[in-house]
This record gives sequence, C-alpha cells and structure tokens, in this order.
Amino acid sequence: MTDPAKTLDFQILETQSELKGETPNTYWKMVSYHFKKRKLAVFGLWITIFLFFIAIFANLLASDKPILFYHQGNVYFPAFSGADKIGSFVWKDLRKTNPLIYQHVGGKDAAIVIWPLVKYSPTEYNLLEYLAPPDSRHWFGTDDSGRDVLSRMIYGARISLSVGFVAVGIALIIGIFLGALAGYFGGWTDIVISRAIEIMLTIPTFFLIIAIIAIKEGSSIYNIMVVIGLTGWMGVARFVRAEFLKLKQLDFITALRALGASHRRIIFLHMLPNAMAPVLVSAVFGIAGAILTESSLSFLGFGVQPPTPSWGEILSQSRDYIEFAWWLTVFPGFAIFMSITAYNLVGEGLRDAMDPKLFR
Amino acid sequence: MKAYLIKRLLQIIPTLFGITVITFVIIHLAPGNPAMLKLQMGKGEGALGEKTISEQIIKQTKELYGLDKPLPVQYILWVKRIFTMDFGFSYKDHRKVWEKISERLPITIQLNIISIFLVYLIAIPCGIYSSTHEGSFADKILTLGFFFVYSLPNFWVAMLLIMLFGGGDFWDIFPVYGISSIGSETMRLLPWLLDRMWHLALPVVCLTYGGLAYLSRLTRAGMLEVIREDYVRTARAKGLSERVVIFKHAFRNALLPLITLLAFLLPAMFGGSVIIETIFSVPGMGQLGFEAVLSRDYPVIMAITAISALLTLIGLLISDILYAALDPRIKLE
Repeated sequence: MTDPAKTLDFQILETQSELKGETPNTYWKMVSYHFKKRKLAVFGLWITIFLFFIAIFANLLASDKPILFYHQGNVYFPAFSGADKIGSFVWKDLRKTNPLIYQHVGGKDAAIVIWPLVKYSPTEYNLLEYLAPPDSRHWFGTDDSGRDVLSRMIYGARISLSVGFVAVGIALIIGIFLGALAGYFGGWTDIVISRAIEIMLTIPTFFLIIAIIAIKEGSSIYNIMVVIGLTGWMGVARFVRAEFLKLKQLDFITALRALGASHRRIIFLHMLPNAMAPVLVSAVFGIAGAILTESSLSFLGFGVQPPTPSWGEILSQSRDYIEFAWWLTVFPGFAIFMSITAYNLVGEGLRDAMDPKLFR
Repeated sequence: MKAYLIKRLLQIIPTLFGITVITFVIIHLAPGNPAMLKLQMGKGEGALGEKTISEQIIKQTKELYGLDKPLPVQYILWVKRIFTMDFGFSYKDHRKVWEKISERLPITIQLNIISIFLVYLIAIPCGIYSSTHEGSFADKILTLGFFFVYSLPNFWVAMLLIMLFGGGDFWDIFPVYGISSIGSETMRLLPWLLDRMWHLALPVVCLTYGGLAYLSRLTRAGMLEVIREDYVRTARAKGLSERVVIFKHAFRNALLPLITLLAFLLPAMFGGSVIIETIFSVPGMGQLGFEAVLSRDYPVIMAITAISALLTLIGLLISDILYAALDPRIKLE
C-alpha cells in the first residue's frame, strides 16, 4: 500500500484518496494539494475569482436601470433593454428614495422593482453632485463630473482584467513559440532568438510602450493589449527555452525521433505539455504586471479613452483634487493594489507548489 | 580577465545592432513621416497656410532628415549618428537633443543611484536577519510586509505620500515638486545638500520600496539555501563565532544573485523614473521622455530610448564583470 520510495506527501495523498476511492496520481492534483495548504495563496485565488465575477457581471452590479421590473403581470429587464422608463415609471425618480435592491411601489399602479447593488451607471454625470464625498447614495463618492466612483470602478475591473488576460495571452503565444524553437533546435536559431530576448530586455519597456502608443496615435484598448503583449513575452520565452533544453536530453524524445516523429509533433504534442509548469507561474505574474501597466498607462493618459472607466484614469483625475478628494485616490488605488496582490499571491503559491525542492 | 572583457564587449555588438533596428522601426511607425508632421506642427503655430507649403519646403525638410533616401540607407545614417551621439535637434525647441539630455541625465542618475544604494543597504540586512531567524514572528512580519509593499502601484504610493506628507489634510513635511527651493543657488554646500535631499526624499522613497521587497526576498532565499550547506556546518563545528559564519562564509556565497540583480534594477528604475519624475516634477530624463512623447518629439524619444538601452547594457556588463570577479568557479577564457 505505502511505497517507501515515494515521498511522504504522495503517500499521504495516496492513502487519502484510496480511502475516498480515487487515485490522485497526476502532477496537477499534487500541485493543487500543495497550493491549498497555503492559506494566503487560496485567499489570493478567491480574490481573483471575486474580481472575475465583478468583471463579468458588471451590468448586473452597477446600472442606472433596474434589473427587473414587474408590473401588472409583466416582467421587464430594463438594464438590458436600455429604456429610461416604462410607462409612468421613470427609473431616475424611483431611485431617489435610495432603496437597497428591492423596491415596492404601492398604490393603484403597484410594481416591484429589483435594483442592482449600485444604482448608477459609470457614464452618467450629474454636475450638481460633483466631487461629493462618500455618502449613503454614492458609496465611494463622485468624481469631478458627478459620476459615481463605485460604478466606474466596477466597470473598470472589466478593462483591467480583459487587458491583463489578453495581453498575457499574446505574450504567451509569442513567448512559447520562440522559446520552444530556441530550445528545441539550438544552434543559430537559439543564438538569434536569445539575442532578440536580450535586446527586448535592454530597451526600457514602459517608455517603449508609451512611445509606441503615442506614435501610432491610438490608445484604444486593443492597441494597449497588443503593445503590452508584444513587450512582455521575454520571461515566458526564457522559461520555455530552459525547459526545452532540459527535456531534449530525455530518452523519450530521442525515442520519438527514432520512431520518425516530425519536429512539429514532438514539440507540440510531447514537449510542450511537459513545459507548462513555469509558464503558468509566469503567466499569472504577467497578469499582475499587465494590470499594473494598464493602470499606469491610464494614469498618464495613454490608456483607454474617456468615457470608458479605468482605475488608473480615476486616479489621474484625483491628482487635481488631491488635497480633499481622498476617495478618488484611496479607492481606485486600493483596487489596483488588491488585484495585483491577489495575482502575485496566486503566482507565488503556484510557484511554491510546483517547486520540487520544497517537497517535504 | 582582459580576454573575458573583450569577449563580453564583442557580445554586446549584436545587441546594440538590434537596439538600433528597433528604435529605427519605431520612428517609422508614425503615420505620415516626421517631416510632414513637423511641417504640420509648424502650421499649427500659425505660421503658414495650407497652400503656401510648397513642394520645395517639403523636399528640403526631407533632405534635412535624410528621409528622401531609401530605407536601408536611412538606417545606416541612423546608426552612424548614434555612434557619434548626434541625435539631431528637438522638434519642440530646436535645441540639440544631446544638450537637453545631458542636462537631465545627471539628475536621473543621482535619483537612481541613491535608490539602488538604499535598496541594497536596507534589504540585505533584512534578508540576512530573516534567514537567520527563519519562521520567527519578525521573519513572518518582514516577509509579509515586504510582499504587500511590493504590490503597491508606484504612482499610487506617490499620490498617497503627497496626500499625507505634502501638504493636504495631514502633514506638510516634504515639498512635492522640483529638486531645489527658490534661491538655492545662493546657498552654501551643506544647506544646499540638505535642501536637495529634502526635495528628493519622496521620489526616492517611491523608487526604493519596490526593489526592497524583491532584494530582501532574494537575499533571504539565497541565505537559507547556503546555510543548509555542509561547509556552514563545518564552520560552526570548528567553533567559529556565529557572526563570522554568517557574514564571512554564508553571505559571500549567497551574494552572487544579488549582483546579477543589479543589472535588472537599472531598466526597472528608468521605467519607474518616468512616472515618478512626472508626478514630482523632478527635471530628469524620465520627465523629459514623457514630455517628448506628449509632444511627439521624435528625435528626443529615439535618443532617450537608445541611451537608456545603452546604460542598461553597461549595467549588465558591470554586473557580469563583478560576477566573474567574485566567483572563482567561473573560468575566464
């Protein structure tokens, strides 16, 4: 039952799962077991899931129209249809009593209204309420155009996360491809690609990004994703190259060549799946970095253009009002900080979970 | 040693070549060419009407910037100019780019060197302490604290510092822009130095804290690995004092990754400089670069990219040499 040749953890896992009736003999089950043992890493994971949830369901969390409106037997979903009112029910008036999600309108024309948590849209501005500190209606205050800060932050999560994931996706594609080629073929391919990596590492990345965005006259979200991806593939490439150099020595690769497998088959079907571990860690840290870069760009004015909300953009506004509008500085900055911390925690947890030296 | 040096210098050449290619590619990414844009900007300043920009002027400007030649020739001209440090004239105020940069470079270098120095000064003792007291409360607090501090976005920290210390609702201890007070030219050396340090305090904090976390973690990890080695046990068995064991034997062997880190700290600092210098109005290269990007001042943008890359390469070279000098295992052929 227990094989003394295997490490202690593996024995524990095996016994546990034999009792449960399943066998955890995959590498990834091991990794997740170690990952779950570190509470901080799991905490980070929960925060990333929370952010993901906010980004996906932003429409349901913050909108100036109700999610659901039930009146005389008919059900409507104003948040998705975009109407400002239905019949005599104008949402902006209904909102004035500041209900928390559930609102019952009595009288002859009874209706039930279900509001999202934040009853303001990120783009509606109300100059009468500009720069208002947090109160019962605007939980995070308003910015200089009277837009609700919490609502903008919820939609900002969408921007940050989508830039993070897409940019890292692009970086992964480039990095994995180049790293695999360099590691597998060696020789001149390796020399050229390694030089390319070194060159990209020497050029100041952030400055390069703002220069490219300025020169191409485009700070649309797609340009930002592409540019961040194009300047962030070097770490992944180096890891993949190192893994491939190690893997190339193994016998099963030689056997595959002897069997006549094509290069493409060997690289993509056999070697790549085994090289994914450090790539995953690098990707997670990459997302943290991309979120930071995107907020820095928005802060400097090179990010997404208004009226699209972005955390960095709210922070850049706060520069002008820094003496008193603390809510414009604290909340978005904290959001950026929490996102970066969460992904860093997950990355660290993954790295420690996959580190063979730490197996006790 | 000399042979190693020459070999390293030779290895830099393809990298330099690559840098020139990339900077060259970027400048030609601009929709429309630099000559047209320059003329358009001249137009914007109210000088000429649309019809009066004759073909003649366009042709002259193109010749001035060498844009009428085929691309490969332009590239060779660009490389020649880089080697003579002739980056042309700024589009904004028509001064020599090199002049503008050499005015600002010392300040950025000052800022970065102070930061790097502080990073090493604080992080290494913390890392050593953490490693020798592994698992203790102090160690946990330090590690966790540094980790959270590392994740703080640097422009947010800058703004929080300004909010707290720069004259808002709280204290007003530090100035938040410039690097000298008015009338500083008339001060003597010591007051001038103190005034400069007072102004640089907040920017330096912003540049330093990120590197602190990373370096202390690296030191701690390196020391932990080394302390487990057999020769440390031997040293203790020999009866050497703990301090000698840690500092003379363990630390020296853990030193190597810290030196290589120096090479990577430099480009990170330049990137951070752009944001920090802009926020605190420090007249350094980062701020110059940012203003150049804002006003599409291509010669300056290219020059700054090239010079930063060059400085990074020098940093890499220095760290490689230090590494080779310190590690007797590396054979210098």
